[in-house]
Amino acid sequence: MATESEPGAKVRLALAVNGEPVEALVDGYKTLLEVLREDLQLTGTKHGCELGECGACAVLVDGEPVLSCLALAVECGGRTVETVEGLQANGALHPLQDAFADLGGAQCGYCTPGILVTAKALLDRNAEPTRDAIKEALAGNLCRCTGYLQIIEAVEQAAATLRGRR
Amino acid sequence: MTDMDGPETPRRRAPQMTQITGPQMPQMAQMQDRGASSVIGKPRRRVDGRAKVTGQTRFADDLMLPRMLHCKLLRSSVPHARIVRIDTAPAAAHPGVHLVLTGEAFPVAYGVLPVSHDEHALCRDKVRFVGDPVAAVIARDEATAAEAVDLIQVEYEPLRTFASPDDSLAHPDPRIHEYGDAGNVHKAVSLQFGDVETAIGGADHVFDDVFFFEGSTHLPIEQHATVAARDPDGKLVVWSSTQTPHYLHRALAKALQMPAAHIRVIATPNGGGFGGKSDPFNHEVVVARAALMLDRPVKICLTREEVFYCHRGRHPVLMRFRTGVTREGRITGVDLQTLLDGGAYGSYGVASTFYTGALQTVTYDIPAYRFRGCRVFTNKPPCGPKRGHGTPQGRFGQEVQLDKIAERLQMDPADLRLNIIAPPDSLTANYLRIGTIGLAECIRQVVSSSGWKDKFGKLPRGRGVGLACSSYLSGAGLPINWNDLPHSGVQLKLDRSGGVTAFCGATEIGQGSDDVLVATVAEVLGIEPFDIRAVTGDTDLTPVDLGSYSSRVTLMMGNAAIEAATRARDLLAQAVSRTLEIPIERVTFRDRRVFDHDAPERGVTFQEAVCMAEAQFGTIGTTGSYTPPKSPAKFKGGGVGPSPTYSYTAAVVEVDVDPDTGWMVVPRVWIAHDIGRSLNPTLVRGQVEGGVYMGLGEALMEEQAFRRLPSRLSNALVHKFPSMLEYKSPTFLEMPEVHTDLIESMDPAGPFGAKEVGQGPLLPIMPALANAVYDAVGVRIDEIPVTPEKILKALQLKAAGKPARVGPASFPENVPWPEALMVKPPWEGGDGRASNEPVKKSTRRAEAGVEATAGVKP
Repeated sequence: MATESEPGAKVRLALAVNGEPVEALVDGYKTLLEVLREDLQLTGTKHGCELGECGACAVLVDGEPVLSCLALAVECGGRTVETVEGLQANGALHPLQDAFADLGGAQCGYCTPGILVTAKALLDRNAEPTRDAIKEALAGNLCRCTGYLQIIEAVEQAAATLRGRR
Repeated sequence: MTDMDGPETPRRRAPQMTQITGPQMPQMAQMQDRGASSVIGKPRRRVDGRAKVTGQTRFADDLMLPRMLHCKLLRSSVPHARIVRIDTAPAAAHPGVHLVLTGEAFPVAYGVLPVSHDEHALCRDKVRFVGDPVAAVIARDEATAAEAVDLIQVEYEPLRTFASPDDSLAHPDPRIHEYGDAGNVHKAVSLQFGDVETAIGGADHVFDDVFFFEGSTHLPIEQHATVAARDPDGKLVVWSSTQTPHYLHRALAKALQMPAAHIRVIATPNGGGFGGKSDPFNHEVVVARAALMLDRPVKICLTREEVFYCHRGRHPVLMRFRTGVTREGRITGVDLQTLLDGGAYGSYGVASTFYTGALQTVTYDIPAYRFRGCRVFTNKPPCGPKRGHGTPQGRFGQEVQLDKIAERLQMDPADLRLNIIAPPDSLTANYLRIGTIGLAECIRQVVSSSGWKDKFGKLPRGRGVGLACSSYLSGAGLPINWNDLPHSGVQLKLDRSGGVTAFCGATEIGQGSDDVLVATVAEVLGIEPFDIRAVTGDTDLTPVDLGSYSSRVTLMMGNAAIEAATRARDLLAQAVSRTLEIPIERVTFRDRRVFDHDAPERGVTFQEAVCMAEAQFGTIGTTGSYTPPKSPAKFKGGGVGPSPTYSYTAAVVEVDVDPDTGWMVVPRVWIAHDIGRSLNPTLVRGQVEGGVYMGLGEALMEEQAFRRLPSRLSNALVHKFPSMLEYKSPTFLEMPEVHTDLIESMDPAGPFGAKEVGQGPLLPIMPALANAVYDAVGVRIDEIPVTPEKILKALQLKAAGKPARVGPASFPENVPWPEALMVKPPWEGGDGRASNEPVKKSTRRAEAGVEATAGVKP
């Protein structure tokens, strides 16, 4: 948990990242994005603006998509954070990852981590989203390469795969 | 490589249409004696797909090195001024600061085109736009560097600001640069092919239209980033988000005055490029210098605002098309003028200028043609190449004008175009050599898939459809630094492990160049793409490829890869033939085996075949290279436009316009693209849809626009909205349904018949949208973007009985056009030379043609 401290001093931060407890001494001004990338070396999470405009830095905090460039790391003390590095399980890609790779959902791959975790949050609460629901859920994630359609198809395929596993 | 046999060559064969959702496999001529294609043409996970979905792709800003320092740039707050004094002392004294640099550290100018070496890594004597870098701080972390940057004091002596081409044409002084054709005119060119005035004068109808295309920026989601360091042996290594490591390599050698052999440039995978990472950038030179001076790794990652200042995006272009047509709708002649707002530096601008007029003739049959293009300097971020490089603007004008022509002649716009398509296997009036053309098939396909005949002119008011076409290069025929060297090289290493490594300087920017490299080699060697390791974009390890621009990689790298792989296959075939006593012509490579075509059980594994070859010939390494054919254009300026072959596209866009508000929605797009041959349909479709997306962004909303700050502030000319929130681009919610068809014309110039797909499909979208708006509500928006405000204004004009058009009124009369170079078209006995151009002593220079691409000695 974050503790009171002098400006400029380091803050002790404890949180769960991708299912593992993490403790770090971080600058109090740092965003969750900066702590993930710079202090925890989890560079899978990207940044495109650092102003909350592009969605590239999305991660899940307690299961909900959060723009990590707008979240102070110290606000995330005691919470669970999930990044693209945590999507794989037992050495296998998450169905979303397989579908994105197979169906052209990732071109340059830079917006992909943010879109993957946002899509995961959608599928976690809605096993059979409509095309409109997928668009709505991902409307805050910009992608300049794909034209979005192959991403939508990949989310639909992943949803079907996950339903098949139940 | 193109041992296509049979009396009917693919060049004459009618293009085949392939639905991408269920690709029908055309016969693979190159490999037909060695078995059917096993990799090419099949939808497949790209080789770098896993890395991209696991977050393991290492972009430049993901690199963290021990002892790494961070760099921040101080950028000019004024648009045009002389630098009187810079006080860096407080910044240098700031705790945690290691180095402060100014323009003094960078005496040597550089630039991407040899004719425009007009940039210094940090400004020396003057600043030319808000955002021009003036000083750099290298500190222990970004926050410290940013604090120190704020401590630097710069005293400026303001100069007149040039905010528009009109300003720059009207006032030659003060000059933004001390070079260029005149005053603030960077470049003015004039080319004439045939007697265009007679051709237009003798036409049944003459159309004279002025159009404007606003600038836009690439907006890659990845901000530019660079890390520089000394290697342990002291040499310089630079990792950067660049599309063109080779040009960065050259620029660093020049700007730092170092031997290129002592510099290693590694292009990290680009998080989107679209042309915006094709120039050597000031921040790259700055961190390279700093790393050398400090002997510590130095990183810079630009903020989003700074990316808007890097720019090099779409030029705003004003254009005038004067076109003569017969009553049957055939073009008799075109007289085109373009005026480009270049911004503050040269960049690729001379090439961009020629490109605004180069490719019109490749699409339609134009018997007489005059092109005049002028680029001016203004005090804005420099423009350069953005997807389509210089051609979307002219394409927009031409395709909207054709829509007007069809209406006047009471012809269907699709039929009008079908009648005037340029002939295949021909030379155009401006000496561009056309290969296969699948454009007629593209048009017929979108007419059919969209239900065009039932929709055009027949939908209820407010709904409409529009059609447009385009063509694009499959790689620029001439290199930027003119020489006789290959444009792309591939090396292969095979060893006893059975592993194959493919080395090529090509740069992965998301388009799938690593996948093309691996797929072509796998196809030739009969192994799986996953068996091959791609090493790309590293000037120490990989042979030169000129970079990911001009849609050149698939064709050029692909051909080089086929050559290298064929040489390796020949070695393996000889070894297996000798060892197993199989006639060499029967040795077949497929399914990771090398075997007798007539007795498939007689054979060895691929790995065993490599061992046999290694035993017989020693270490197995082969090379391949590609150099485009020489262009028949010998006139100055003829170097921009030639390509080994051209892609073609047709698109229909549907719009739904609210006549009360002008608000519009695009529900559907149908597009057909002549891809030559689709190497990996999943990736090809992604390029087509990505092009449609980016085209819609330009058509509807994207604007790199500027404004003056209030005079109570500085009155400076600043970017209107250097942020992703306010620079509007389409989201998931705006993206329409897209129906994509691929036309496979099997071009003999392409690897396995392939042409480009990265840029062409963007081009028809903007004019098709504008044409659809006319079909929907009967108003002409003759400028891009087409916004609800403009539609509403045009509707109000229409209601008032005035011409229902929004667009520029006229083209300026004061452009200082040079005397036109007169070139006779091929059908008038021309030889590709200008009759009034002095014959140069050096034929090498004359052969090279264009000033844009010729220049420095290699």
